[in-house]
Amino acid sequence: MNVNPPLLEVKRLEVSINENKILKSLNLTINKGEIHAIMGPNGSGKSTFSKVLAGHPSYSILNGEILFKGASILDLEPEERSHLGIFLAFQYPIEIPGVSNEDFLRLAYNSKQAFYNKPEVDPLEFFAIINEKLKLVNMSPSFLSRNLNEGFSGGEKKRNEILQMILLNSELSILDETDSGLDIDALRIISNGINNFMNEKKSIILITHYQRLLDYINPTYVHVMYDGKIIKTGSANLAKELETKGYEWLQS
Amino acid sequence: MVNQSNKVLNTNITNLVNQNYQYGFSTTIEKDIIEKGLSKKTIFLISQKKEETEFLLNFRLKAFKKWKKMSQPEWAYLKFPEIDYQDIIYYSAPKAQKKLKNLNEVDPELLKTFEKLGISLTEQKRLANVAIDAVFDSVSIATTFQKELTEYGVIFSSISEAINEYPSLIERYLGTVVPIGDNYFSALNSAVFTDGSFCYIPENTICPLDLSTYFRINDQQSGQFERTLIISEKNSQVNYLEGCTAPQYDTNQLHAAIVELIALENASIKYSTVQNWYSGNELGKGGVYNFVTKRGICSGNNSKISWTQVETGSAITWKYPSCILVGDNSKGEFYSVALTNNYQQADTGTKMMHIGKNTRSRIISKGISAGHSKNSYRGRVNVINKALGARNYSQCDSLLIGDLSNANTFPFISIQNSTTKIEHEASTSKIGEEQIFYFLQRGICLEKGIELMVSGFCREIFTELPLEFAAEADKLLTLKLEGSVG
Repeated sequence: MNVNPPLLEVKRLEVSINENKILKSLNLTINKGEIHAIMGPNGSGKSTFSKVLAGHPSYSILNGEILFKGASILDLEPEERSHLGIFLAFQYPIEIPGVSNEDFLRLAYNSKQAFYNKPEVDPLEFFAIINEKLKLVNMSPSFLSRNLNEGFSGGEKKRNEILQMILLNSELSILDETDSGLDIDALRIISNGINNFMNEKKSIILITHYQRLLDYINPTYVHVMYDGKIIKTGSANLAKELETKGYEWLQS
Repeated sequence: MVNQSNKVLNTNITNLVNQNYQYGFSTTIEKDIIEKGLSKKTIFLISQKKEETEFLLNFRLKAFKKWKKMSQPEWAYLKFPEIDYQDIIYYSAPKAQKKLKNLNEVDPELLKTFEKLGISLTEQKRLANVAIDAVFDSVSIATTFQKELTEYGVIFSSISEAINEYPSLIERYLGTVVPIGDNYFSALNSAVFTDGSFCYIPENTICPLDLSTYFRINDQQSGQFERTLIISEKNSQVNYLEGCTAPQYDTNQLHAAIVELIALENASIKYSTVQNWYSGNELGKGGVYNFVTKRGICSGNNSKISWTQVETGSAITWKYPSCILVGDNSKGEFYSVALTNNYQQADTGTKMMHIGKNTRSRIISKGISAGHSKNSYRGRVNVINKALGARNYSQCDSLLIGDLSNANTFPFISIQNSTTKIEHEASTSKIGEEQIFYFLQRGICLEKGIELMVSGFCREIFTELPLEFAAEADKLLTLKLEGSVG
C-alpha cells in the first residue's frame, strides 16, 4: 500500500496570520510529473499557501496536514524542507546588499551537499557547475559578481530565482507569480528554462494571474482559489475561460 | 558546521547568547591597590608608586585641577546612570617583585591569564611577527621582543618605563595631540593614567614587527586609565594593534583611555583596534563604560594616519578616533565597524581636521545594531580656509537586525574654502525576517546566513585589518550576533 505516495498532499489545511484566517480547508494533491496552475483573485490566499509550504514562521497552522512524499513536513524547519526538495521562487525576491550572488548560490548549493553528506565544492568547481546553469536562463556570468538581487531589474530577479531552482534541482517548485512584470522575451526565456527543467520526477505549482504564462507552460491542472479554498479545478481550458469571464461567475 | 539539524540549532541559539563572551573569567591575584576615590592625595600616591618625575606629577595635578572644573559631556546619544568617580579604584596592580628582569619573573597566574585570552607572552609560543605589550588593570606586565626591536632603534615599552627612561621624548610629546583639558575624560585620564604603551619609530625605519598592546581589566571596582603614545619619525612606518577584554561582572567598570599618534614628514601610522570589553548581559546589566579619546596628528608633509576599529564590546562606547591633517598632502583614514547587541549603546565616529594643503581624508563607517541597542555614527569634517584642494570622502552605512534596534548618523561638515571636494554617502539596510527566510528557503541555516550578510556588510573594513585580526573579527561578529534573530 502506498508505495508511491503523491509528491504533495495537502489535506483540510487551515492557516492564519495575526488571528486572520487566510486558508480555509484547502485540499490539493500533486503527483510527480504534474504541473498545477493556481489562479484566483488578489487576496485569495495563493501567496500564503506558497509560503506555508516553504515553512514561513509567521503563519500558524490551525488544522490539517501537509505530506511531502507521504511524510508530514509541518514540524520541519524551512531549511530542512528546502533540503528535501521544496523550492519557492519568490514573488518579490529580496535584495541582499554586500552578499555576492555567487557566494550565496555556492553556500546554498553546499548546504544541500552537506545535508546529503556529499562533498562541498570549492569556488572553482562551483563556477563550472553554475556556468552551465546560467546558459539555461540566458544569464551572463557577470551576474555572479553582483550583489544578490541588488539593483536587479524585475526580469533579472525572476531569472535569478529560476536559476536557483535549477541549481538546487528541487522536486517540488512553487513559482509565485514568476511571470508578473516580465516582458515577452523574458517570459519566453523563463518559460523555456522551466520547461527544460521539468521532467516526470518533478512537480511544479505555478501561481499566476495571467493566461499568457500558460501559453508557454502547459499545466496538467488549473485550480481556482477563492477565499482560502480551491473552488474549481479543471484542465488548461479553465484558464482560458477565466481570461474571458473573470472570477465573478465562479463565486455564485 | 552546516549539516547539524537546524531545528536543534534554532532552539539552542537563544542559549548561545549567554555564553558568547568567552573572556568573562577573572583572575585571582594579590593586588596592590590605592583606596577608592579621587583627590590630590590619590594623584600623589599614583605618582609616588610609579616613581615619577616632577614633570609628570605637575602634568597630573594640572589635569586634575581642570577636570574638577569640567562636567561630563552630554551631547552624545547615550543614556547611563551618573558615574560616581569617588567609588572607583584608580590604581590596582598585581603585587610583584621590584623590577622584572625577564618574563620568568612574571607571576605565572598572569601569564596563564593572557594565555587563556589567546595572547602568549612566553618565549616559545610568541606570535612570530607581533611584539606585544600586555597591560593588566593599571600596569603593563610584560613587553615581548623588546630587545629585537632595539636593534632597529625602535622603542616599544610600557609608558611608565618610557617616562623614566626617555623623559625628553615624553616631555616633548605627551599631551600635545590631546591636550589635558581637551575634554572631561581626557582631563581625568591625564590626572590618573597608570600605564599604557609607548612606541618610537626612528627616522627612515620601517618597523620590522607589528606592535600590539593587549588591555585587560581584571578588577571589579577599578577603572582602567591607560595612555598610549606613538611617535613615527620622518620616513618611518608602523603598524599597531590593540585588543581589549574584561571579566563579566554585573557592575560597570570605567575605562577612559587616551591614544596620541604623531606622524612626522612622510611617516605612516596604521592603528587597528579590536575592542571586546565585556558588554553587559542580555538585559543590559554590567559591562564596561568606554570613554576614549584617540587622536593623531599628521604634522609632517605627506604623512599618513589610518585608524581601523572593530568595536563590539562595552555597555557604552564614546569614541572618535580623529586626525589633524597639518602637513601638506597628508592623509587621514577612519575605518570602523561598530556592532551593538542587547542593550549596548555606541556613539562613535571620527573627526578629520583639514589644515594643510591638498590634505585627504576617507571615512568608512559601518554600524550594526541588533537587539535593543543604540548605535550612532558621529562625524565631523572641518576644512579651514588655508586647506586648499582638500578632499574628503565619507560613507556611513547602517545595518539593522530585528525590529527593536536603533541606528543614527550625525555627520557635521564645515568647509571654509571653495577648492575643497567633499562626498558623503549613507545607507541603511536591514536583516529582518524576510531576508532570513530567503536564506532558509535556499537551505542556508540561520547562522551561516547572518554570517554571510554581516561579513559582506563589513568587508571593506576587514580588508584594512591585519590578517590574523581580520579572521578573528569576522568570527567575533558572528559570535556576538548569535541569538539576535529568530
